[in-house]
Amino acid sequence: MNNTAHASPQDDPAHRRAQAERLKQVWASGKGFRYWSAVNNSEIGVWYTVTAFAFFLFAGVLALLIRTQLAVPENDFLSAEVYNQVFTLHGTVMMFLFAIPIFEAVSILILPEMLGARDLPFPRLSAFGYWSFLLGGVFVCGSIFFGAAPSGGWFMYPPLTTDVEQSGIGADIWMLGLSFIEVASIAAAVEIIIGILKCRPPGMRINLMPLYSWYLLVVAAMILFAFPPLIAGDILFEMERLLDWPFFDPARGGDPILWQHLFWIFGHPEVYIIFLPAIALVAMIVPTFARRPIVGYTWIVLAAVGTGFLSFGLWVHHMFATGLPAISLGFFSAASEAVAIPTGVQIFCFLATLLAGRVIYCVPMLYVSGTLAIFVIGGLTGVMVALAPFDWQAHDSYFIVAHLHYVLIGGALFPIFAGVYYFFPFVRGRKLSDKLGKLAFWLMFVGFNVSFFPMHFTGLLGMPRRVVTYPQRLGWEWLNLISTVGAFMFAIGVLVFVWDVLRPRRREPYAQRNPWNAGTLEWLTEMPGADWGVRSIPIVESRYPLWDQPDFVKNVDEGRFYLPDAEEGKRETMVTSVLDATPIQCLRVPGNTFITMAAAFLTGGVFIFTTFHWYLAALVSGVFALGAIVKWLWDGTAMVPEKPDKDVGLGLTLPLYVSGPKSVGWWAMFITMIGDMTAFASVVFAYFFYWTIHDDFPPPDAAPGVTLPLIASALLMTSWGVTQMARRWNRAGNAKAFRLALIAGAVLTAGGGAGYIWGPLTSGMVAAKSVYPATVWVLVIWVASHAALGIIMQLYCVAGSWAGKLTNEYDIDIWNVSLYWHFMAITTVVTFAVIALFPLVT
Amino acid sequence: MPASRDSLWFLIAGPTVWATHFLLSYVVGAVYCAKSGDIDANLGTVRLTVAIITVIALGLIVHAGLHAYRNWGFGAEDPPHDDDTRTDRRRFLGYATMLLCGLSFVATFYVALPALIITSCR
Repeated sequence: MNNTAHASPQDDPAHRRAQAERLKQVWASGKGFRYWSAVNNSEIGVWYTVTAFAFFLFAGVLALLIRTQLAVPENDFLSAEVYNQVFTLHGTVMMFLFAIPIFEAVSILILPEMLGARDLPFPRLSAFGYWSFLLGGVFVCGSIFFGAAPSGGWFMYPPLTTDVEQSGIGADIWMLGLSFIEVASIAAAVEIIIGILKCRPPGMRINLMPLYSWYLLVVAAMILFAFPPLIAGDILFEMERLLDWPFFDPARGGDPILWQHLFWIFGHPEVYIIFLPAIALVAMIVPTFARRPIVGYTWIVLAAVGTGFLSFGLWVHHMFATGLPAISLGFFSAASEAVAIPTGVQIFCFLATLLAGRVIYCVPMLYVSGTLAIFVIGGLTGVMVALAPFDWQAHDSYFIVAHLHYVLIGGALFPIFAGVYYFFPFVRGRKLSDKLGKLAFWLMFVGFNVSFFPMHFTGLLGMPRRVVTYPQRLGWEWLNLISTVGAFMFAIGVLVFVWDVLRPRRREPYAQRNPWNAGTLEWLTEMPGADWGVRSIPIVESRYPLWDQPDFVKNVDEGRFYLPDAEEGKRETMVTSVLDATPIQCLRVPGNTFITMAAAFLTGGVFIFTTFHWYLAALVSGVFALGAIVKWLWDGTAMVPEKPDKDVGLGLTLPLYVSGPKSVGWWAMFITMIGDMTAFASVVFAYFFYWTIHDDFPPPDAAPGVTLPLIASALLMTSWGVTQMARRWNRAGNAKAFRLALIAGAVLTAGGGAGYIWGPLTSGMVAAKSVYPATVWVLVIWVASHAALGIIMQLYCVAGSWAGKLTNEYDIDIWNVSLYWHFMAITTVVTFAVIALFPLVT
Repeated sequence: MPASRDSLWFLIAGPTVWATHFLLSYVVGAVYCAKSGDIDANLGTVRLTVAIITVIALGLIVHAGLHAYRNWGFGAEDPPHDDDTRTDRRRFLGYATMLLCGLSFVATFYVALPALIITSCR
């Protein structure tokens, strides 16, 4: 593929300058207030990272409050109530507002350049995710200043937390604030999966992809199966708190253990959702400083994919002490041990790379060494607590606190710090200080161990987690005091780091280009970088093109590869095939806008107003949010191009518009619906969970019977069929039949959705009475709300057809809507089988 | 035996079998113990079921592993398979799939072990 040599127009420097100028204009951020309308991932990535770090510092201060309280016995520095809020918020913020978002932040920041792309395919979605995260985060963190923070522990176990009297508004803030943030995570997952699979540069075959992308692909896929169960759990939880539906109330047939299942189906994979992207940074840093390609590339892919799967088989190991049968514990214990295999494999690959290379010791490597040391200790205690009998001894003691901090700080925080030192020149054009970096590292490394190592012993001596204070003479005093000293030492290290990042450095010169002499594409960036991602989209022939391909940087800079210009004044990037990265489309991506910020804030309004039970305000906010999202879709997606295809350089012409499974929008819908199906499956799981624990679930002569659900399902399935036919009629050029079919479809859907609600309504099923009617109600509301969304989509297509936006040639929207309807059909059939047929069988 | 068509989906064949086997084993055990209502209920049927699905699962994993071995090219070339060719891409996918089948085999076997030892719902 060496066809870069004779692209003659690029030999003219004036021509190149003009191209660069046009590119610069197209990709520029706004000035003044308009700067905040940016949707470019390079900008959003920086905001995201800084915001996540701010939340990290906030949660760190809470940690110091905890350690101050526990420094001496019988301390009354914090009241019990404040202490509960402090430790709950510490865990919550560290998990939901730092550890998860920081990986999304770093990914959208570096992935476009690492993949040689101008941008990821849905920049506005990233902006939406960011503003959601910011608003939700401020809402959750701010609660503590009003004494209204959640106080039930970061995993919010009912029945304590579903008791409105005991837990106050804090639990609602936790549920609604964080549900909103989970939406941002799923948005990031969609962006990352499609970005990695479809926006790689030509030639970057799947075997040449940077390991960071492999890890992120796995993690983004994990999010689709891990987060939705928590969202489903949140829905049940809030229905109990706001409407008194008894999902977790044993007196009316509910069960708190169901919450634990749904929480930990999310909660354990989440540990790996945090760990894998952080270790992915290590996988990028190690080869650079070992000065050689990574050893065991395929083995690391095995580790990433294997861990991604096995981590789902671990959730019950958080529930070993709940009295489940030994056989269940055995299965989960076995899976917990098995996950040590891929985890160990990747550590060995890193060590092997370091041994095989000539290592240059720099600050990022120092943090990587710290990572390996701390994480291995955390991993070993992980193997210990994976054994049920040991876990029964250590359960809910400080041993667990020590273990989880070793895993999370070793497996996530230290790699993130390594990543910050490594990627700082990439973002800001300048290096961080070596001297301050080393000082910060040693303060943090020693402080961390001094703080957390003694906790293993404090735990073994019987100190439980979450106690506000403890009496003297139990042998815990010295250990706790040492831990507190260590915590403050750690905090001083963090402060040194923060100073290094924030200190003014205007007078410092920019770093040289590719300052670490790395081999991967993100280091093509100039110092300081430009907004356009890459000057021209290169052809890649190696895992480390900067090391292996001659004149690579020069050819990219001189625009000798693809898309060196922006003739039409549009933001463009390239879409390629999944396995071999063969070019298939020149994708136009939308530019700066405030609409995503508005959509995020209005969506946030729904959650925040609901927290305070201001339902009318929530409804109004919801309607406006819907309007904003529709406007965003209408103006920014499935845009009809001014010409069918375009010369992207090097004699290659690519289409500007593709629909169906070839389009990135279709994949976005597919991926979102996988997440939606997982949430739905979790609600169905709840139904069968109750069935296993009750003899009369479903009760004899269970309402709503068969007839009404059958009629409703028939209407919805007809609507599904009509929607599929509509897509074909549109393709055949019959716009009239298309519109009529979709309007008929919308009427049928309305009937079907209403029919589903009508069943339990007319059968007198009172949800607050017991768990059976409550579960049926949740399922029918699920179908009805999806039907409502289906109607909006059908009518959106009709409007698009009338407006000339959706034609027989340009039909992305109807392809996506018909895909949605496939999932709608599955939802309908499963719900019918569960609420109407299953009671007949039992 | 010729190499078959490539797909990224095939990469996760082994772990998918593991996941299905894991879920089935857990659901069978959990439902049996919950429904029997007797803490000392004998797990005979459950253990037999787990044994049967384990044999099927291991068989499927071995099948997928052999398929991957074929795509790898019977190990004719050593990794790292980092050339810019379709052949190396296929070899990489074959090798990665085979490794994942190996991991899935061990993990599936691990999951089956408790059923070998534990005899009651207690």
